[in-house]
Amino acid sequence: MAENILLEVVTPEKVVVSEKAQIVMAPGNLGEFGVLSGHTPFLSTLNIGRLHYKDESGNEQSIFISGGFAEALPDKVTVLAESAEREREIDVERAKEAMERARKRLAEKGKQDIDVFRAEIALKRALYRLYITEAVAIK
Amino acid sequence: MAKLKEIQLKISGVKKTKQITSAMKMVASSKLRGAQMSMEAFRPYAGKYAEVLGSLAERAGDQASPLLEPREEVKKVGIVLCTSDRGLCGGFNSGLINKAISLLKEYSEKNIEVSFTNFGKKGFDWCRNNNKVVEEKHLGIIGSRFGFNIASVAGRKMIDGFLDGTYDEVYVVYSEFLNMARQVPAVKKLLPIPPIEVEGEGIEEAEEEGFMAEHICEPSPDELLNEMLPKNVYIQLFSAFLETSTSEHAARMTAMDNATRACNDMITELKTIFNKARQAAITADLMDIVGGAEALKG
Repeated sequence: MAENILLEVVTPEKVVVSEKAQIVMAPGNLGEFGVLSGHTPFLSTLNIGRLHYKDESGNEQSIFISGGFAEALPDKVTVLAESAEREREIDVERAKEAMERARKRLAEKGKQDIDVFRAEIALKRALYRLYITEAVAIK
Repeated sequence: MAKLKEIQLKISGVKKTKQITSAMKMVASSKLRGAQMSMEAFRPYAGKYAEVLGSLAERAGDQASPLLEPREEVKKVGIVLCTSDRGLCGGFNSGLINKAISLLKEYSEKNIEVSFTNFGKKGFDWCRNNNKVVEEKHLGIIGSRFGFNIASVAGRKMIDGFLDGTYDEVYVVYSEFLNMARQVPAVKKLLPIPPIEVEGEGIEEAEEEGFMAEHICEPSPDELLNEMLPKNVYIQLFSAFLETSTSEHAARMTAMDNATRACNDMITELKTIFNKARQAAITADLMDIVGGAEALKG
């Protein structure tokens, strides 16, 4: 068994995660990537999406990430994100509302002057939040 | 006797004021703790960001981003003025506004247009009373709890304004929180982004770890930098808001502490006057009695 790697997820408001992980999977802008201990130094922007990792005891943990980037060093992965939430911290009701709102706005596309780009991003955020929480519920 | 009653009334009035000021002091100190915690929580993020950004800037070309380019001719300047919403915090707001006035003076001498974006009611009131151009006002943010999105929305607007020529330069006037007793009004340049300096310590550390030499970047360093620079503006704004909030509470705490102490002094003083008046009244009464007794002896 390879050594574990330290994962740190930091937002402007707090340190969300700081613990050892066996493997970290992050949603890079150019595709998802996995990091194990001993990774070559690497820097990437992150998409809105799900970052997941196996903690020391082998449990799968999911984190919602938006607006961030990651730096991987041989012994440490640092993720800086504008928002990051562990699965249990996600506000499902709020995400559902946000999804509805974004869908409605997109449905009105063309009729009014709507910032489609922003609505799409909002929808993406909401969908990923829901995806992460429901993935847990299924288990 | 009328005088005694008056003094007593005054004492109870001052006591009530003291209750209020000391309560406000307690509230400010608990809010200060919260604000300081947010500042602490932000530090790791800002630190790491600066570190990565510094080493990226070193590697990327000079012409990497329009946000870095100073304008040859500066005609319009935007000032983000951070103040508190409420008063009773000593010279806190006037210090900040004075800072803004000195900036304003400097620019109006050069015939540069200045417009304001206000965070905090006091700054906005000043702008309105003095007929300054106000682009936007945001109340209820400074001094309470706020999230990073406030800074990113505001920062985005500033960047858009800078890119479409509404502003040639953008500054933030905020209060720097040095310690509990010292908060200093300060100005920092938001846009164009000042040349990014890698702090001495950072460089050594980076060299030790062979930071940039082997880093693989995805996408390219230039693109990464372009992605990161706007966020750096948000970070600067966010830290300015945090510092101003923390300073506000610290300033209010100090002001209320002084007020409470002044109340104590006044109470002591009034009590002395009261006692003296009471003694005088008793003496006068005694003199009357003694005088009467003497007269009866005849």
